[in-house]
Amino acid sequence: MQRRLKIGVLCSRVRVEEKWIFASLEKRGIDFDRLDDRAINFDLDDPMPWKQYDAVLERSISYTNGLYALRILNAFGVPTVNTAAVAEACGDKLTTSTLLMKAELPQPRNLVAFTPESALDALEKLGYPAVVKPVVGSWGRLLAKINDRDAAEAIFEHKATLGSTQHQVFYIQEYIEKPGRDIRAVVIDGRVLTAMYRTSPHWITNTARGGAGELCPVTPEIEGLCLKAAQAVGGGVLAVDLIEHPQRGFLVNEVNHTMEFHTLQPLSGIDIASEIVDYVVNTVKEKV
Amino acid sequence: MSTVTCPECDAQVKLEAGTEVGEIIVCPDCGVDLEVTALDPAAVQLAPMEQEDWGE
Repeated sequence: MQRRLKIGVLCSRVRVEEKWIFASLEKRGIDFDRLDDRAINFDLDDPMPWKQYDAVLERSISYTNGLYALRILNAFGVPTVNTAAVAEACGDKLTTSTLLMKAELPQPRNLVAFTPESALDALEKLGYPAVVKPVVGSWGRLLAKINDRDAAEAIFEHKATLGSTQHQVFYIQEYIEKPGRDIRAVVIDGRVLTAMYRTSPHWITNTARGGAGELCPVTPEIEGLCLKAAQAVGGGVLAVDLIEHPQRGFLVNEVNHTMEFHTLQPLSGIDIASEIVDYVVNTVKEKV
Repeated sequence: MSTVTCPECDAQVKLEAGTEVGEIIVCPDCGVDLEVTALDPAAVQLAPMEQEDWGE
Protein backbone atom coordinates (compact mmCIF):
# COMPACT_ATOMS: atom_id res chain seq x y z
CA MET A 1 0.00 0.00 0.00
CA GLN A 2 1.28 3.44 -0.85
CA ARG A 3 2.46 5.46 2.15
CA ARG A 4 0.38 8.53 2.94
CA LEU A 5 1.96 11.84 2.08
CA LYS A 6 3.21 13.89 5.01
CA ILE A 7 3.97 17.59 4.77
CA GLY A 8 5.59 19.91 7.29
CA VAL A 9 4.57 23.56 7.36
CA LEU A 10 7.26 25.67 8.96
CA CYS A 11 5.81 28.84 10.40
CA SER A 12 5.57 30.92 13.53
CA ARG A 13 2.99 33.68 13.46
CA VAL A 14 -0.11 32.36 11.72
CA ARG A 15 -1.35 34.90 9.21
CA VAL A 16 -4.48 34.52 7.12
CA GLU A 17 -2.32 33.00 4.36
CA GLU A 18 -1.23 30.17 6.66
CA LYS A 19 -4.85 29.61 7.72
CA TRP A 20 -5.83 29.28 4.06
CA ILE A 21 -2.94 26.87 3.45
CA PHE A 22 -3.90 24.74 6.47
CA ALA A 23 -7.51 24.70 5.26
CA SER A 24 -6.42 23.59 1.79
CA LEU A 25 -4.26 20.79 3.21
CA GLU A 26 -7.13 19.65 5.45
CA LYS A 27 -9.61 19.77 2.57
CA ARG A 28 -7.44 17.39 0.55
CA GLY A 29 -6.92 15.10 3.50
CA ILE A 30 -3.15 15.65 3.43
CA ASP A 31 -1.41 14.73 6.66
CA PHE A 32 0.62 17.71 7.86
CA ASP A 33 2.41 19.02 10.92
CA ARG A 34 2.72 22.62 11.88
CA LEU A 35 6.34 23.25 12.77
CA ASP A 36 6.76 26.40 14.87
CA ASP A 37 10.24 27.74 14.15
CA ARG A 38 10.40 29.05 17.72
CA ALA A 39 9.84 25.60 19.17
CA ILE A 40 11.85 23.26 16.97
CA ASN A 41 15.54 22.37 17.16
CA PHE A 42 17.81 20.46 14.80
CA ASP A 43 20.50 17.91 15.57
CA LEU A 44 22.68 17.95 12.50
CA ASP A 45 23.74 14.36 13.21
CA ASP A 46 20.16 13.14 13.28
CA PRO A 47 18.06 13.86 10.20
CA MET A 48 15.56 11.10 11.02
CA PRO A 49 12.89 13.28 12.73
CA TRP A 50 12.80 15.37 9.56
CA LYS A 51 12.90 12.52 7.07
CA GLN A 52 9.29 11.73 7.97
CA TYR A 53 8.29 14.71 5.84
CA ASP A 54 7.91 14.24 2.11
CA ALA A 55 8.28 18.00 1.83
CA VAL A 56 8.37 21.07 4.05
CA LEU A 57 6.61 24.29 3.08
CA GLU A 58 8.46 27.23 4.59
CA ARG A 59 6.22 30.09 5.74
CA SER A 60 8.34 31.57 8.53
CA ILE A 61 7.75 35.21 9.25
CA SER A 62 11.44 35.43 10.18
CA TYR A 63 13.70 35.36 7.15
CA THR A 64 16.66 34.22 9.25
CA ASN A 65 14.85 31.31 10.90
CA GLY A 66 13.34 30.20 7.61
CA LEU A 67 16.59 30.40 5.69
CA TYR A 68 18.65 28.40 8.19
CA ALA A 69 15.92 25.80 8.60
CA LEU A 70 15.79 25.38 4.82
CA ARG A 71 19.56 25.01 4.62
CA ILE A 72 19.48 22.21 7.19
CA LEU A 73 16.46 20.49 5.65
CA ASN A 74 17.97 20.62 2.17
CA ALA A 75 21.23 19.20 3.53
CA PHE A 76 19.17 16.40 5.11
CA GLY A 77 17.71 15.74 1.67
CA VAL A 78 14.21 16.93 2.61
CA PRO A 79 12.50 18.69 -0.33
CA THR A 80 11.38 22.19 0.59
CA VAL A 81 9.25 24.93 -0.91
CA ASN A 82 11.06 27.09 -1.57
CA THR A 83 14.62 25.81 -1.49
CA ALA A 84 17.29 27.44 0.66
CA ALA A 85 18.98 28.73 -2.50
CA VAL A 86 15.78 30.48 -3.61
CA ALA A 87 15.19 31.92 -0.13
CA GLU A 88 18.70 33.30 -0.10
CA ALA A 89 18.29 34.72 -3.59
CA CYS A 90 15.07 36.51 -2.67
CA GLY A 91 15.57 37.39 0.99
CA ASP A 92 18.60 39.55 0.37
CA LYS A 93 17.75 42.41 -2.00
CA LEU A 94 21.34 42.82 -3.14
CA THR A 95 21.59 39.12 -3.97
CA THR A 96 18.35 39.41 -5.94
CA SER A 97 19.75 42.41 -7.82
CA THR A 98 22.90 40.52 -8.77
CA LEU A 99 20.87 37.61 -10.11
CA LEU A 100 18.57 39.93 -12.08
CA MET A 101 21.66 41.65 -13.45
CA LYS A 102 23.19 38.30 -14.44
CA ALA A 103 19.95 37.38 -16.21
CA GLU A 104 20.04 40.79 -17.95
CA LEU A 105 16.59 41.73 -16.69
CA PRO A 106 15.51 45.36 -16.36
CA GLN A 107 15.70 46.67 -12.80
CA PRO A 108 16.24 50.00 -11.07
CA ARG A 109 19.81 51.23 -11.06
CA ASN A 110 21.53 50.05 -7.89
CA LEU A 111 24.74 51.20 -6.25
CA VAL A 112 26.43 49.48 -3.33
CA ALA A 113 28.98 50.72 -0.81
CA PHE A 114 30.31 49.57 2.55
CA THR A 115 31.07 52.79 4.42
CA PRO A 116 29.07 56.00 4.92
CA GLU A 117 31.74 57.95 3.01
CA SER A 118 31.74 55.70 -0.04
CA ALA A 119 27.94 55.51 0.11
CA LEU A 120 27.84 59.30 -0.03
CA ASP A 121 30.16 59.26 -3.04
CA ALA A 122 27.88 56.74 -4.73
CA LEU A 123 24.80 58.81 -3.98
CA GLU A 124 26.39 61.99 -5.34
CA LYS A 125 27.08 60.06 -8.55
CA LEU A 126 23.50 58.75 -8.75
CA GLY A 127 21.83 62.04 -7.87
CA TYR A 128 18.85 62.93 -5.69
CA PRO A 129 16.29 61.80 -4.78
CA ALA A 130 17.42 58.23 -4.19
CA VAL A 131 16.27 55.34 -2.07
CA VAL A 132 18.31 53.50 0.54
CA LYS A 133 17.08 50.07 1.57
CA PRO A 134 18.30 47.50 4.06
CA VAL A 135 19.44 44.41 2.15
CA VAL A 136 17.24 42.26 4.38
CA GLY A 137 13.82 43.52 5.33
CA SER A 138 10.25 43.57 4.21
CA TRP A 139 6.92 45.36 4.45
CA GLY A 140 8.58 48.62 3.39
CA ARG A 141 10.43 48.78 6.68
CA LEU A 142 13.46 51.08 7.06
CA LEU A 143 13.30 52.38 3.51
CA ALA A 144 14.58 55.92 3.18
CA LYS A 145 13.92 58.34 0.35
CA ILE A 146 16.87 60.71 0.39
CA ASN A 147 16.22 64.08 -1.19
CA ASP A 148 19.54 65.83 -0.60
CA ARG A 149 23.07 65.51 0.75
CA ASP A 150 22.09 66.66 4.24
CA ALA A 151 19.57 63.84 4.55
CA ALA A 152 22.08 61.37 3.11
CA GLU A 153 24.71 62.28 5.68
CA ALA A 154 22.19 61.90 8.50
CA ILE A 155 20.80 58.56 7.30
CA PHE A 156 24.24 57.07 6.69
CA GLU A 157 25.50 58.21 10.09
CA HIS A 158 22.43 56.70 11.76
CA LYS A 159 22.86 53.43 9.90
CA ALA A 160 26.57 53.27 10.73
CA THR A 161 26.03 54.10 14.40
CA LEU A 162 22.76 52.38 15.23
CA GLY A 163 22.54 49.53 12.76
CA SER A 164 23.84 45.99 12.82
CA THR A 165 26.71 44.93 10.56
CA GLN A 166 24.19 44.24 7.83
CA HIS A 167 23.24 47.93 7.81
CA GLN A 168 26.83 48.73 6.83
CA VAL A 169 25.98 47.37 3.39
CA PHE A 170 24.60 50.51 1.78
CA TYR A 171 22.19 49.46 -0.93
CA ILE A 172 21.24 52.57 -2.88
CA GLN A 173 18.62 52.61 -5.59
CA GLU A 174 17.51 55.27 -8.03
CA TYR A 175 14.18 56.83 -7.10
CA ILE A 176 11.57 56.15 -9.76
CA GLU A 177 8.62 58.44 -10.37
CA LYS A 178 6.18 55.57 -10.66
CA PRO A 179 2.49 56.26 -11.38
CA GLY A 180 1.42 55.96 -7.72
CA ARG A 181 1.49 52.20 -7.90
CA ASP A 182 3.58 49.11 -8.43
CA ILE A 183 2.63 45.62 -9.58
CA ARG A 184 2.66 42.40 -7.58
CA ALA A 185 2.43 39.17 -9.60
CA VAL A 186 2.20 35.66 -8.20
CA VAL A 187 4.32 33.12 -10.06
CA ILE A 188 4.04 29.45 -9.18
CA ASP A 189 5.79 26.67 -11.03
CA GLY A 190 6.51 28.75 -14.10
CA ARG A 191 3.01 30.23 -14.37
CA VAL A 192 1.87 33.76 -13.64
CA LEU A 193 -1.37 33.13 -11.77
CA THR A 194 -2.54 36.67 -11.26
CA ALA A 195 -1.34 40.20 -10.61
CA MET A 196 -2.47 43.37 -8.91
CA TYR A 197 -1.59 47.03 -8.79
CA ARG A 198 -0.67 48.25 -5.33
CA THR A 199 -1.76 51.86 -5.25
CA SER A 200 -0.80 54.44 -2.67
CA PRO A 201 -0.30 58.20 -2.50
CA HIS A 202 2.88 57.36 -0.52
CA TRP A 203 6.02 56.43 -2.47
CA ILE A 204 6.08 53.13 -0.55
CA THR A 205 3.24 51.11 -2.07
CA ASN A 206 3.38 47.88 -0.02
CA THR A 207 -0.05 46.73 1.11
CA ALA A 208 1.62 46.20 4.51
CA ARG A 209 1.98 49.98 4.53
CA GLY A 210 -1.58 50.68 3.49
CA GLY A 211 -1.32 50.34 -0.30
CA ALA A 212 -4.62 49.31 -1.89
CA GLY A 213 -4.96 46.42 -4.33
CA GLU A 214 -6.55 46.54 -7.77
CA LEU A 215 -6.43 43.74 -10.35
CA CYS A 216 -3.77 44.17 -13.00
CA PRO A 217 -4.21 42.46 -16.37
CA VAL A 218 -1.37 40.00 -16.98
CA THR A 219 -0.16 41.20 -20.36
CA PRO A 220 2.33 39.11 -22.37
CA GLU A 221 5.01 41.67 -21.40
CA ILE A 222 4.27 41.36 -17.66
CA GLU A 223 4.02 37.61 -17.93
CA GLY A 224 7.30 37.27 -19.78
CA LEU A 225 9.22 39.50 -17.40
CA CYS A 226 7.80 37.86 -14.28
CA LEU A 227 8.61 34.37 -15.54
CA LYS A 228 12.18 35.42 -16.32
CA ALA A 229 12.55 37.06 -12.90
CA ALA A 230 11.23 33.95 -11.17
CA GLN A 231 13.61 31.80 -13.17
CA ALA A 232 16.52 34.10 -12.33
CA VAL A 233 16.10 33.43 -8.59
CA GLY A 234 15.58 29.71 -9.03
CA GLY A 235 11.80 29.35 -9.46
CA GLY A 236 9.17 27.94 -7.12
CA VAL A 237 6.42 29.82 -5.28
CA LEU A 238 7.17 33.50 -5.73
CA ALA A 239 5.79 37.01 -5.89
CA VAL A 240 7.46 39.33 -8.37
CA ASP A 241 7.16 43.07 -7.81
CA LEU A 242 7.42 45.34 -10.84
CA ILE A 243 7.75 49.10 -11.08
CA GLU A 244 6.60 51.08 -14.11
CA HIS A 245 9.35 53.47 -15.16
CA PRO A 246 8.02 56.41 -17.21
CA GLN A 247 10.63 55.87 -19.95
CA ARG A 248 12.15 52.42 -19.43
CA GLY A 249 8.91 50.51 -18.89
CA PHE A 250 8.62 47.62 -16.46
CA LEU A 251 11.49 47.06 -14.03
CA VAL A 252 11.79 44.17 -11.59
CA ASN A 253 11.98 45.63 -8.11
CA GLU A 254 12.08 42.51 -5.96
CA VAL A 255 11.04 38.88 -5.71
CA ASN A 256 9.49 37.46 -2.54
CA HIS A 257 9.81 33.81 -1.54
CA THR A 258 7.25 33.60 1.31
CA MET A 259 4.75 35.97 -0.20
CA GLU A 260 1.66 37.28 1.45
CA PHE A 261 -1.50 37.19 -0.64
CA HIS A 262 -4.22 38.35 1.76
CA THR A 263 -5.18 41.09 -0.71
CA LEU A 264 -4.62 39.26 -3.99
CA GLN A 265 -6.45 36.00 -3.25
CA PRO A 266 -9.87 37.56 -2.57
CA LEU A 267 -9.30 40.21 -5.24
CA SER A 268 -8.47 37.72 -7.99
CA GLY A 269 -10.76 34.93 -6.87
CA ILE A 270 -7.84 32.56 -7.42
CA ASP A 271 -7.18 30.11 -4.63
CA ILE A 272 -3.49 30.87 -4.31
CA ALA A 273 -3.19 28.80 -1.11
CA SER A 274 -4.38 25.71 -2.98
CA GLU A 275 -2.03 26.45 -5.86
CA ILE A 276 0.83 26.49 -3.33
CA VAL A 277 -0.33 23.17 -1.87
CA ASP A 278 -0.52 21.72 -5.41
CA TYR A 279 3.03 22.83 -6.01
CA VAL A 280 4.24 21.25 -2.76
CA VAL A 281 2.54 17.96 -3.66
CA ASN A 282 4.02 18.06 -7.17
CA THR A 283 7.45 18.78 -5.68
CA VAL A 284 7.14 15.58 -3.67
CA LYS A 285 6.05 13.60 -6.72
CA GLU A 286 9.04 14.82 -8.71
CA LYS A 287 11.38 13.54 -6.00
CA VAL A 288 9.80 10.09 -5.85
CA MET B 1 -16.59 30.55 21.73
CA SER B 2 -13.63 30.85 24.13
CA THR B 3 -12.83 33.88 26.17
CA VAL B 4 -9.38 34.88 27.38
CA THR B 5 -8.10 37.62 29.61
CA CYS B 6 -5.87 40.27 28.10
CA PRO B 7 -2.57 40.18 30.02
CA GLU B 8 -2.12 43.90 29.40
CA CYS B 9 -5.45 45.40 30.51
CA ASP B 10 -7.39 42.50 32.01
CA ALA B 11 -10.20 42.80 29.45
CA GLN B 12 -12.20 39.72 28.50
CA VAL B 13 -11.43 38.95 24.84
CA LYS B 14 -13.54 36.55 22.79
CA LEU B 15 -11.86 34.22 20.30
CA GLU B 16 -13.68 33.83 17.00
CA ALA B 17 -14.53 30.37 15.71
CA GLY B 18 -11.70 29.12 13.50
CA THR B 19 -9.00 30.87 15.49
CA GLU B 20 -5.64 29.08 15.19
CA VAL B 21 -2.73 28.75 17.60
CA GLY B 22 -0.10 31.23 16.46
CA GLU B 23 -2.69 33.73 15.22
CA ILE B 24 -2.53 37.34 16.34
CA ILE B 25 -5.63 38.97 17.75
CA VAL B 26 -6.03 42.53 18.93
CA CYS B 27 -7.45 43.33 22.34
CA PRO B 28 -10.52 45.48 21.62
CA ASP B 29 -10.02 47.39 24.86
CA CYS B 30 -6.34 48.35 24.90
CA GLY B 31 -5.33 47.54 21.32
CA VAL B 32 -2.35 45.36 22.22
CA ASP B 33 -1.43 42.46 19.89
CA LEU B 34 -2.00 39.06 21.49
CA GLU B 35 -0.72 35.74 20.21
CA VAL B 36 -3.00 32.76 20.69
CA THR B 37 -0.85 30.10 22.38
CA ALA B 38 -3.47 27.43 23.08
CA LEU B 39 -7.09 26.67 22.26
CA ASP B 40 -8.19 24.06 24.76
CA PRO B 41 -8.23 25.80 27.10
CA ALA B 42 -7.70 29.05 25.26
CA ALA B 43 -4.67 31.10 26.22
CA VAL B 44 -2.94 34.20 24.89
CA GLN B 45 0.22 36.10 25.59
CA LEU B 46 1.58 39.44 24.45
CA ALA B 47 2.69 39.03 20.84
CA PRO B 48 6.42 39.40 20.15
CA MET B 49 7.55 42.73 18.78
CA GLU B 50 8.19 42.88 15.04
CA GLN B 51 11.78 41.98 14.19
CA GLU B 52 13.95 43.46 11.48
CA ASP B 53 14.00 40.29 9.38
CA TRP B 54 10.25 39.69 9.49
CA GLY B 55 8.22 39.83 6.33
CA GLU B 56 7.54 37.94 3.15
